[in-house]
Amino acid sequence: MEETKPNLFKITFDGIEVEVEPGTTIMQAARKIAEADRSHDALVPPAMCYYEPLKGTGGKCRACLVKVTQGSAKDTRPMPKLVPSCITQVQDGMVVENTTNPAVLEARKGVVEFLLINHPLDCPVCDQAGECHLQDFAYEHGAAKTRYEEERRTFDRHDLGPYIQLHMTRCILCYRCVFTADQITNKRVHGVMHRGDAAEISTYIEKAIDNDFSGNVIDVCPVGALTDKTFRFKNRVWFTKPVDAHRDCPTCSGNVTLWYRGEEVIRVTARKNEWGEVKEFICNTCRFEKKNTSDWTIEGPAKVLRSSVISANKYRADLVKKPDFALKLANSQYKPIDDSRSYTTDQDQIRQLSIENNDKANHRSQLADKN
Amino acid sequence: MQLTNRSKQVSNKEMTLAEKAYLPAIAQGMAITIKHFFKKKVTIQYPEVKRYLGPVFRGRHILKRDEQGRERCTACGLCAVACPAEAIQMVASEREKGEEHLYREEKYAAVYEVNMLRCIFCGLCEEACPKQAVYLRHDEMVPVFVERDQVIWGKDMLVEDMNNRYKREAWTKEEARLLDEKKARGEVSNVEPRAIP
Repeated sequence: MEETKPNLFKITFDGIEVEVEPGTTIMQAARKIAEADRSHDALVPPAMCYYEPLKGTGGKCRACLVKVTQGSAKDTRPMPKLVPSCITQVQDGMVVENTTNPAVLEARKGVVEFLLINHPLDCPVCDQAGECHLQDFAYEHGAAKTRYEEERRTFDRHDLGPYIQLHMTRCILCYRCVFTADQITNKRVHGVMHRGDAAEISTYIEKAIDNDFSGNVIDVCPVGALTDKTFRFKNRVWFTKPVDAHRDCPTCSGNVTLWYRGEEVIRVTARKNEWGEVKEFICNTCRFEKKNTSDWTIEGPAKVLRSSVISANKYRADLVKKPDFALKLANSQYKPIDDSRSYTTDQDQIRQLSIENNDKANHRSQLADKN
Repeated sequence: MQLTNRSKQVSNKEMTLAEKAYLPAIAQGMAITIKHFFKKKVTIQYPEVKRYLGPVFRGRHILKRDEQGRERCTACGLCAVACPAEAIQMVASEREKGEEHLYREEKYAAVYEVNMLRCIFCGLCEEACPKQAVYLRHDEMVPVFVERDQVIWGKDMLVEDMNNRYKREAWTKEEARLLDEKKARGEVSNVEPRAIP
């Protein structure tokens, strides 16, 4: 075995061993575990800035910090600080703790708090609500209350071309859109202007907006900073029905998800995988201009995660667990019944037996009365 | 097989003299009847007289306005997704310039409909609302309807009237519980109902 796969590294992630190729990051190893067994989905560190299809992303938001308790088989010392799992490569014999380490969870709580410092928390208004990674992240790891009392930074709403709207207030500076722009155009202008809390996405994005693939910044944005103007306030995500469809598109793959409200297509997005990542970018024509069912070949309903808000109030018998508590209770209280009496169909014998049993019962109740 | 410990043997004993006399038992029974005759009645004359059901009784819906008269609802859809009966429907719209005195946020519900036939008055919409916009009135119920078109209540029926604001002693269950405890201890007797949650 060792000789056939000499290059594989063995790492332990939250007590689960997995073999991965050298050069894989801890995040990818964790995703590999979850892909092999879907019950381990919760173990995967959250990613706010890391986006696998975009080269160079990751390492900015600190949402995916993990504890490495053993650096490698050769050097068993733990890494002194928490490391971002999306850009840290694995080493042979590495032991990583994610959900099992309280320090990691505590750190993540702090990360949520920092990300939310300048976030307007206008989820009831925001179109991203329901598919927002920051919402999921804060729900999973954040505190229910804010300690922040100062004024939050504000920006005016900004139109990026006719189709995309930028709400800089909601931006968490993950740089994903900048990397997308980098990938679809070759002229590097600028990504993010200024520094610290004054930083904002700038000209780079606007220069790239004429590009045929600029609409993809909407899909890669983990929050509601870049949203579809044609979808603005049209409906909430959880009232729409995602349907996979494709069309013959000369510029892109044409594989999309249509979001229906009744009979009407109110939004077209690229297909996202279970990690919320788009593997095939789609062009602006598909995204913004083809909003009739007749433009598309329908493939069938898109797969929706059980944990998604789109599944709220929708139950499929084979997906819903039976009430665990009642089953356990019944199991704990089960007593085998003594039914060793002989089986008979003879009427006279049955009558005789019932008289005997009646006498026994009367006898017992008399005893109970005396006690 | 013994099922319970309460089974009793049926006896056929001779009755005592008092039991045989029959009249004392009648007097005993009548005494109970007459005692109830002088007790305070538990019933009320319902349609004419109505009992106070507490500050968080769940009657018909209301869409609250804030103290400046702006609608609180921003059509976030959480009430509709929380609703187990799927009774709520809404259409959102964007606030135009010059409408700031009408709506609190940049988005508002252009259409907000509650199907009162579907509604089970569970109050989950009230609990889900992040903007404290939808409440179930404690003092009014949905009247009996005779026509189909009276069943679906639109914004004309639901939005609060600023000239006749809806007031409550307590706006949340927790508040109501505290109030109950205070009343039980005799610390407060009369609480001024207020219009803003």
